[in-house]
Amino acid sequence: MQTIFGTGGKKLEGNPLRVNLAGLELQNPTILASGVLGYSAESLNRVAKGGAGAVVSKSIGLEPRVGYANPTVVQAEAGLINAMGLPNPGIDVYAEEIKYSKTILRIPLIVSVFGYSADEYATVAEKAVAAGADAVELNVSCPHVQFTGAEIGQNPTVLAEVVEKVRAAVSKPIIVKLSPNVADIPVTAKAAVEAGADALTAVNTLKAMAIDPETTRPVLSNIKGGLSGPAVKPVALRCVYDIREQLPDVPIIGCGGVSDWRDAVEFFLAGASAVQVGTAIALEDTDVFQSITKGVEVYLRKKHFGSVKEIVNLAHRG
Amino acid sequence: MSTSLIAANTIRTTEIVQVRTESPTVKTFIMVDRLCSKAKPGQFLMLWIPGVDEIPMSIMDAGNGLVSVTVKQVGDATKHLHGMEAGQTVGVRGPFGNSFTESRGRVLLVSGGTGTAPLLFLAKLLSAKTERLSFVEGAKTKDELLFVRELGGICNEKSLITTTEDGTYGLQCMVTEPLAKLLDREKFDMIYTCGPEVMIKKIFDLTEQRKLPLEASLERLMRCGIGLCGSCVIGKYRVCRDGPVFTAAQLREVKDELGISKIGFDGSRIPV
Repeated sequence: MQTIFGTGGKKLEGNPLRVNLAGLELQNPTILASGVLGYSAESLNRVAKGGAGAVVSKSIGLEPRVGYANPTVVQAEAGLINAMGLPNPGIDVYAEEIKYSKTILRIPLIVSVFGYSADEYATVAEKAVAAGADAVELNVSCPHVQFTGAEIGQNPTVLAEVVEKVRAAVSKPIIVKLSPNVADIPVTAKAAVEAGADALTAVNTLKAMAIDPETTRPVLSNIKGGLSGPAVKPVALRCVYDIREQLPDVPIIGCGGVSDWRDAVEFFLAGASAVQVGTAIALEDTDVFQSITKGVEVYLRKKHFGSVKEIVNLAHRG
Repeated sequence: MSTSLIAANTIRTTEIVQVRTESPTVKTFIMVDRLCSKAKPGQFLMLWIPGVDEIPMSIMDAGNGLVSVTVKQVGDATKHLHGMEAGQTVGVRGPFGNSFTESRGRVLLVSGGTGTAPLLFLAKLLSAKTERLSFVEGAKTKDELLFVRELGGICNEKSLITTTEDGTYGLQCMVTEPLAKLLDREKFDMIYTCGPEVMIKKIFDLTEQRKLPLEASLERLMRCGIGLCGSCVIGKYRVCRDGPVFTAAQLREVKDELGISKIGFDGSRIPV
């Protein structure tokens, strides 16, 4: 069995970790989740060197946003709650970072996009692709900014309109990042796919908050934020499983609390073709991608599976 | 399953036990915190001013269950903090980041403004372990020159050089002037610095010309403090997690940004 480590992104025949995700060729199925270290090309490249198969940028909008005052991150019992407030320099400034990233990155760059209207999503996506993005991920699931994010992704009609407008504007793969803060996730998943999404990321953070008893105040400046990390993994896993039950063909990227190879394998078995990793970087650092990939490879060998592709959906049989 | 929990990252509300006025614009706040009381020189903490903001602060002293930070009033958060008194509640996370290495032999510490605080902490630790400890401290004016008495007790008189831009105390010049002379006259095994980044850049240039080892503590806008959000990056490094102390070799890798640009609140590059 060949290994992908140290290949510098070269394609290898027979690489058991390789996945094709809606046309994106990944040398391994781990992806940097949006919001983590995604401002600069150098940061993304460091994550690539840590072993990621692809990276997703910070969510980028049409205009610059400074985000919320601190505290923007607070630790909960088994994870982190964050309300950054989508800080970003706007697509016109970020386009330069995309161009520079493309000159140094040897893995696919997915640009996360948000807007306050379907037209804004389309404009930002178009500019991101024009600058060199290999795919766009639509953030229709941020739980802590008004008039965008989850406020769009929780409504199947509005969500479909956004995806349709982006579909008409770009020819690169469109990934839709879904919110877990819905009654029935296959409903929003189906709306996204029928409107033209090529793949789904399931899921964004769970709406949450933290209160400090001593000062009797909410800790986050925005009061509410999104919970990530091990606490959300079982919820995210169930979301992937539910979507797969209803939509047999759409590629799914599992996201939520993936910290090690076992978490990743569970997501593959539930129906994900790849996983995104974010919060785990706080503990394991950027090499976490390499350790997850190594562990998955050992698992495949021990269980006599030929590839990651072979185990996708396996929990659904019988 | 591994966990994303970092013990130091849990926010702890604690009481301010003492407030000391160091200068018209600078105060030191002493708090009770078991974890931060074990901090090493160079590390920082995230200080929550409830209802206002949470800001990164270099640790000025730690031990016996207490931790101290020295804060200059520069904006809304620090203005609010300066209005607080002993007995009031703040929150702390940390200690975070790496620390200065403990060099032996002859060491030189160079500080500017409130950058003196973490270097005072380091000087206390090193004074008993080093063969010789020299200190160059600079500020805009006499009032801003911090901890002169404390440093005088650690270094001998000849080994403490003070400078002010307006000449109200010590030499009237920038720290780099006596520093250049000192570096040409004496041999040092390690040079440590903390202060305004433009000053650090000049010191880096001086030590590079002479091929001398340097450790510099950098400052950036910080949000998460644990290496996730990317607000404090310089090159491929995160100041909160890979720093805040960087070696000369690391500074060489980020020389296109050092003293020049940083990432602003909206993620765009702005001048330092």
